[in-house]
Parts: sequence; structure tokens; C-alpha cells
Amino acid sequence: MGTLLSIKNLKTHFYSAGKTVRALDGVTFEIEEGGAYGLVGETGCGKSVTALSILRLIPSPPGRIVDGEIRFKGRDILRLSEDEMRSTRGKEISMIFQEPMTSLNPVFRIGDQMAEVIMLHQRLERSRATENAVRMLERVHIPDATRVVRQFPHQLSGGMRQRVMIAMELSCHPSLLIADEPTTALDVTIQAQILQLIKEMKKELHTSILLITHDLGIVAEMCDRVAVMYAGSIVEEASVEEIFEHPQHPYSQGLWGAIPHIDEEKKTLAVIPGMVPDLSNPPAGCKFHPRCRFRFDPCDKLPPPLFQVSPSHFVSCYLYGEARAHE
Amino acid sequence: MNEPMLEIKNLKKYFPVLRGWRQEKSFVRAVDGVSLSIARGETLGLVGESGCGKTTVGRLVLKLIEPTGGEILFEGKNLASLDRKEIHPLRQAFQIIFQDPFASLNPRMTVSEIVARPMEIHGLVEHAQRNDRTIRLLESVGLRPEHLTRYPHEFSGGQRQRIGIARALATQPKLIVADEPTSALDVSVQAQILNLLKQLQNDLGLTYLFISHNIGVIRHISDRVAVMYLGKVVEMAEKKMIFGSPSHPYTKALLAAVPSLDPRKKREDVILEGDVPSPMNPPSGCRFHTRCRYALPKCYDEEPFFHQVEEGRWIACHL
Repeated sequence: MGTLLSIKNLKTHFYSAGKTVRALDGVTFEIEEGGAYGLVGETGCGKSVTALSILRLIPSPPGRIVDGEIRFKGRDILRLSEDEMRSTRGKEISMIFQEPMTSLNPVFRIGDQMAEVIMLHQRLERSRATENAVRMLERVHIPDATRVVRQFPHQLSGGMRQRVMIAMELSCHPSLLIADEPTTALDVTIQAQILQLIKEMKKELHTSILLITHDLGIVAEMCDRVAVMYAGSIVEEASVEEIFEHPQHPYSQGLWGAIPHIDEEKKTLAVIPGMVPDLSNPPAGCKFHPRCRFRFDPCDKLPPPLFQVSPSHFVSCYLYGEARAHE
Repeated sequence: MNEPMLEIKNLKKYFPVLRGWRQEKSFVRAVDGVSLSIARGETLGLVGESGCGKTTVGRLVLKLIEPTGGEILFEGKNLASLDRKEIHPLRQAFQIIFQDPFASLNPRMTVSEIVARPMEIHGLVEHAQRNDRTIRLLESVGLRPEHLTRYPHEFSGGQRQRIGIARALATQPKLIVADEPTSALDVSVQAQILNLLKQLQNDLGLTYLFISHNIGVIRHISDRVAVMYLGKVVEMAEKKMIFGSPSHPYTKALLAAVPSLDPRKKREDVILEGDVPSPMNPPSGCRFHTRCRYALPKCYDEEPFFHQVEEGRWIACHL
């Protein structure tokens, strides 16, 4: 298995009102072919900006990718022409969004919207493309697909719409599917159906997945590697088993401790004191240090690098660095 | 269980809707015969998926909307039969915390006006003590006196929710309906608010009706849990019973649908098929029979009673 996507030191900044918001401040990670990679973190940590950067969909102005490299199948995405990029989006990398109602066009029939994507990327006639669309809808277990292609988005339930989105995005057999909070707008029983479907499709079509979510339970169920983001940086990266058993970064520990969960009872929930920093004026050094109860000497001076704590577990925290080991 | 503080019996709320070009009147049966009770000092968690009627139950309990039928007994008084004037003095005993901390605070009022308003309406404090009391309320929810003169937009989501809680506490209520108070918040902020609500309950002896779709949150905060589906309570039991041995097929499916935090644990294969039917035209018999894997012939036409099956557990199912 090779590397499908590799991101190095990605920096995406937004410029507004004379301020520079460092939404991504040096993000590095890799997705294996056939892998399912989870990106977790709280609102504003840069998860979605990472996804939009990969597709080069950052609205500009105000945003801009200022530094870094995104290699997809060996090609540097940031150096592709706009034409090349357009044939990559939807065909090689596609994305499903959080709100299926706003990502489908309300004035077109389901079949026409789906056929458009297929016609564009596979150069098929409309009738063939519509047939493909029906087949794809059947594959995502939509009952009565020939009727659904003639319906409009508002006639479908939330779960059905998300199925349509998945069918549409997978109709060109992309190598990478980016799913940005794909089930946040759905009820848990419908969420379970959609997650099941994404897993099934991944297996059948050998699509790699970048899953963005704030729900750690979904990551545990779907992913094999996980990165935790905080204030525009990855603070910890590991295999899903390692990170769920031993979250190492103080922020990850806080996050895991804060979840009221169905499997176990906690008397009080762990609380991370303070608030997320303003990204136009982030704290020096480790961006988590003002809220960290373990902070010591080097934390407020230089941003910590990723330290390796086991063969597949990396933590960006001085607690795991040599500085600490020598004390 | 000691004397119930709140008891609702066969509560119903139908919303009229006009359909089609003939404008025929039909009804959305949002709440259709719900009975439950909450004891003094306990937290009843009301859980269910969107559209099941849990928010409508919360609003009915506070008489923010008029019930179509049934009784709401608050400390023995039937609120359903009282009119607006009669209910006004009782209102200080029950308050609400809303889901959206952005929409539920008036953007043109300062924090001190927002928090003091309920006390003015009920004539609870002299003008001179008002400021003191407001400051004490803010401190009890973890805000500081200098926040008094600020406006809601100056606060983060978690802080706004704290303002909402302070406002709810202003009349020294006995019962608080918390309608999804943390669903707009990030997990770390949610943890702060849940801890605060628990601590306030301990300190002030509050009773909560806690409405949420987040099953983890419900498990954390509740003493007893009621599960709703399509306008009805299908199961109500002690928390340990609900989570240890769920009994109704819907409860089982709902709990099984929540992703586990243990990556090694495989999901049991009880994924519910299909969507929730429309409350405008609910299925006959047991409303869950269209999605129930155990459905018996009689589930199709006979509606199951909500009855007690063992100490501490009520259920509506033919099984």
C-alpha cells in the first residue's frame, strides 16, 4: 500500500480587517491508499479548512494557502492549473458536506444533478449518465431509485439526501472521499445507516476516506488513523487503538475526558480551563500552553515538534520530548 | 420514589395544518398521550430523535403552549386547566433553559437587564437589592460582576448559556426544563455546562426535565430516562435499567446506534431500517411496528398500553 495523499507543512491564512488569521499553521499528515483517516477537534480548529485546502476551494480573498505541499498520487495539487484541478475535483477527490440540503441544488431533479457530474467527468450521453445515476442510487440502497431520480431534494428526508450525496460523489469512483461531518445533521439511527453505507462503499470501491468530525465515537468506529487538531495544528497523531487507549497530549486527554459517554459513567466530566485562543494573535510556543496544567519551561517559547512515542504514535508536546527526559 | 413534583397524564398536543389546494385541515400529532412523572430533586432525561415531540412536551409542561388534552399536575395543581392570569404567579416556580444561546438572549439588553428581568416581572426584589442579587446569580454560574454591563454578542456560546442559566435561576425555581442546553456547544464547553447544572442541582435542590437527543449526555445527567418515539413515550425507567438492560426494541436500537468510544468494539447488527414515519399520519397500532424487527401481527392494529412491567420500569410494547 502506497501513500495516496501527503500534506506537508500546510499553512492556510485568512486576511481580514488588517489581521492575519492563521487557520492552518503547518499541518502535516499522510493518508494511505485504502485508509480511513480521522481529523478531530473542536469548532474553529482548522478541520474544514484542511479539507477545503486539499480541494483548493479556500475562498480567496480572504483566504490563501501561503506555504506547504499537498501531494496527491505524487502530484503537487498546489501546482496544478485551474483546469487540471477542475478535473480532479469530483473525479479523483470528492467531498460530502455536513448539510445535505444546502449541498444539493433545490431547483434541479436528483437525476439531473447526478447526471451532470457523470457527463462531465466520464463524457457520457445524458441517457447513459442517468442510467448510471439510477444504478448508483440503488447501490446506496435507495428504494425505488427510478422514481427518486425524478424527485427534487426537498421531497427526500435528511438521511435520503445524504445517501444521494454519497451516490453522487462516488459515481466517478474517486480515490479519495472527504467527508466533512457527514452525519452531524442526522439522527443517531440514521447516522448509523449512513456510517454503515460509507464503510460498505469504501470496501467495494476501494476509496480512501478523510473523515472530519467532532464526534470521537464516529472516529472510533470508522477510522484507522486519527489526528487531533487544536488551533490550526495537529497536536497528536496515532493509530485509532493507541489514541483511544492512551491519549497523550494534554489537550487530547482533556477532550477524551470531557465526553459524557454511553459506555461508562463518570461522576464529573473533565474540564479544560480557559478558551480557544484567537488565531489572529495566537500564544507563542505551544498554542495550548495557556490552558495546560502540565506546562513547564520550554512551552511558551518554541512550538513543540512532533515527538514519536511509539512506532505509530506522535505527540506535539514537550512532555514527551528529550528536554523532559533529561530532567 | 417520593412525592412527584410534576406529573403529566395522557398529555396531547395536535398542531393543525392546512393541506392541499382545498386547505383541508389535518393535524400533526406532536405529542399523543404522554404520561410521566418527575420526583422532587431528580433529573428526568427525555430522549428521542428529531420530531419525536420531546421539545413540545417541554413547552407544554411550562404552559408555553396550550395542550390539546391531558393533565399537567405541578405540585398537585392542574396547570392544563388554568388560564394565563391564574398561571402567572406560578410561573416563577418553573423556568426553561433553551438550546440556542444565540437566539434566546435579547441582543439589545445588557446581561444585568436579562438576568434581573424575571425578578422584576414577579416583583421578587426591591430595587436596591436587585444589583446584589444579580451579581450573586452571575457568580453562581461562573461569570464575574464586570460582565453585568455587557451585551450578549460579547460572549462565547458557553458563556451565553451561563447567562441563560442565571436568568432561569433568578426566580428561584423548583423545576427547570432544559431543552438541549448543550447541543450547540463544543464537547469541552458542554462538559463545563453539564458540570455546572449538576452542581446547581446539588446546591439548590433543583428538579430537571432534561431534553436531549445526545444519549451520552442523557446518561451522564439523568436519574431516570424516558424514551420518546413519534409523540409517545415507549419506555421509561431508572437510568441503570435503560442503559443496562433496555427493553423496548426502539430503545435497544437507539442505544445500539450510538458509536462506541472503543475502536475494538464492533457494532452489533441492529441498525434500524428506514426513516421515522410522519407524525401527520402515524402508523396504526404500535407506531414503531414499521421499523421493528420483532413486530407481531397484533402490533399492526392494536396500540400497546404504557404499563409498568417491573419496579421502576414502564414500557409500551406487546412483547
